[in-house]
Amino acid sequence: MAERTVAVTADLTPAELEQLLLERPDYEVQLESLNQWQLAWRRFRRHRLALAGAALFLALVAIAIIGPFFVHYDYYEIPHPDELVYAGRPPSWISGDWDPPLLMGETARLQRDILGLVVNGARLSLVIGVGATIISVVIGAVWGGVAGYFGGWLDSVMMRIVDSLLTLPILFLILVAGKFLGRGDWPSVMLIFGLFGWLGLSRLVRSLFLSLREEDFVDAARAVGVSDGRIILRHILPNTLSPIIVAATLSVAGVIIGEAFVSFLGFGVDITQPTWGNVLTSSLDFLQQGNWWWAFFPGFAIVLTVLGINFMGDGLRDALDPRARI
Amino acid sequence: MSGPDGGAAGGGPGEAGNGVPIVEIEDLKTYFPIRTGILRRLAGYVRAVDGVSFEIRRGEVFGLVGESGCGKTTLGRTLLRLQRPTGGVARLEGRNVLEFRGRDLRKMRRRMQIIFQDPVGSLNPRMPVSDIIGEGLLAQADVENRWGERKVRDKRVGDYLEEVGLRRDYARRYPHEFSGGQRQRIGIARALALDPEFIFADEPVSALDVSIQSQILNLLLDLRDRHDLTYLFVAHNLSVIQYISDRVGVMYLGKLVELSPVAELYANPRHPYTIALLSAVPDPDPRVRKKRIVLTGDVPSPAAPPPGCRFHTRCWLREQLGDPEECATIDPPFREIGGGHRVACHFAERIREEVSTAAVIGVEEPPGVPGGADPISQAS
Repeated sequence: MAERTVAVTADLTPAELEQLLLERPDYEVQLESLNQWQLAWRRFRRHRLALAGAALFLALVAIAIIGPFFVHYDYYEIPHPDELVYAGRPPSWISGDWDPPLLMGETARLQRDILGLVVNGARLSLVIGVGATIISVVIGAVWGGVAGYFGGWLDSVMMRIVDSLLTLPILFLILVAGKFLGRGDWPSVMLIFGLFGWLGLSRLVRSLFLSLREEDFVDAARAVGVSDGRIILRHILPNTLSPIIVAATLSVAGVIIGEAFVSFLGFGVDITQPTWGNVLTSSLDFLQQGNWWWAFFPGFAIVLTVLGINFMGDGLRDALDPRARI
Repeated sequence: MSGPDGGAAGGGPGEAGNGVPIVEIEDLKTYFPIRTGILRRLAGYVRAVDGVSFEIRRGEVFGLVGESGCGKTTLGRTLLRLQRPTGGVARLEGRNVLEFRGRDLRKMRRRMQIIFQDPVGSLNPRMPVSDIIGEGLLAQADVENRWGERKVRDKRVGDYLEEVGLRRDYARRYPHEFSGGQRQRIGIARALALDPEFIFADEPVSALDVSIQSQILNLLLDLRDRHDLTYLFVAHNLSVIQYISDRVGVMYLGKLVELSPVAELYANPRHPYTIALLSAVPDPDPRVRKKRIVLTGDVPSPAAPPPGCRFHTRCWLREQLGDPEECATIDPPFREIGGGHRVACHFAERIREEVSTAAVIGVEEPPGVPGGADPISQAS
């Protein structure tokens, strides 16, 4: 009877499966179960906007990684005297002047090719934005999770610490911390944003834990002898993913913009290493002279990144929720 | 009733277990602190369970009834160590479960399980059924049962899904793909998979459609016989309790006020609160005119229970007896009045004299219409 076995895997929808069973009644169909990640991937794949967002984000990452090999940039390279006339030129496709071809125009000060700045700046901007977000999400989730799960005096102490840190003017703190951690090098900027960015998130996570720990399924897990750590990781944390992902995507954008702001005050990443933030900042003096392209392209890069990450996060959130329809 | 170990359990409903206590509760107390102000100053306690003693016999279904907030659920949760006890002793086969820690506690959990009221909230929406049921197995894995191995575990999950009347391959589905009754079966399979001896069923049918309720009740009775289980069964619905229980305890404001074999309780209730409760059961026959005892006022706050008998503020019997002094001053002892019938009322004996039980409950023929009515039609 069961001579032939068809293994049905990810790519059959229930309707297709039914069709198959109708056509081949002699088959014994063995269902190969999909694990959660396969199911999540299937849902993600069917979310068009999310795919577009992921593609956009991955493209930006690819540019950040390999772009600098094609578009050269060196802060210490002094432009040839003959080239000084190019300073402050708009993009070639606007001015019609294709000698030399300038995709994004040229800066006025020290005449840098903006394409070179945007491509080379992608590295640090993305690394700082994503890195600081990861740091703050990890700290915030653990801190808020522990406080919310265990509650009591531990919760009170931990949350009062958060409260008091929140009363400090964060920007000022970042500037002071920058002095100690060494001004201008990107790891310390990333670290500072990561170390001060988790406060709001920890409150969010705590509140989610507070309500989730009262759920019956948590009691059920406790009743069968599951350990606290495993309850936190397997039962509560997965149910807090959606708001955490949303907060994280917003945080990436926030950090990239925050880095720009700190750079503007002269405490961010040194101008010798371009980031979208400090390029944007340096354009400010020349905006009045109409050099809009100088601000537009790095700004646009930030917008694209944020958009891509947000779409991706949106899809991720739906994909990781088993209740969402496939 | 045909399982290999069904012998130890009693037969149908109404029959008590074999008399050997599996769980003994003595003076159990669970208080919740009330904290006020920013300094979280202790302002008092909500006495959810305030000195309850009884025993549950191996193989029986012990029904626990009472209004919302009387402490039924807290009692069970305390017993299962889901709630911190304030005082008292709860023994599982002679050993006090309230003192267990670490490894012992985990081992104890295998023997005592819980079925929840809410079939939605009790299953993690982000876990497939295989993990929901398998997780307890994983937590209780040892070299002997080999539950740590995926294959052994998956097989057992499948076995127990079938045991509760579901299909094996439902294991890969998520909770939202099931109906309420099916979810409740999954919850039962989760409890059952650990091979427990004692199950606390916390209103397992009150969230279900009436047509499903009797299915689940019968499943629970069936499983009791096949797996030699003992239940502590909490419910609001007196018909459900009458159908499923062997003995019944009635709780009011954190205390047990009456305890008796089920037939005796429904035929011959001796606590004025129980009588009032029973008078509120709707009769399926619309022609039967019942006289209801409507209790006046609200349940007093469990944070400040009345002195003396807790029920005296709303007691109709006390009114009829002309407000005797002791009701408001002396806490009535929970005493045996014969036939395994225990009651906490100073005037339990006078109920027969002062009021005709039949008249109060409103049945036409005194000997036992409540007990004699078809329990299934009442349950569903």
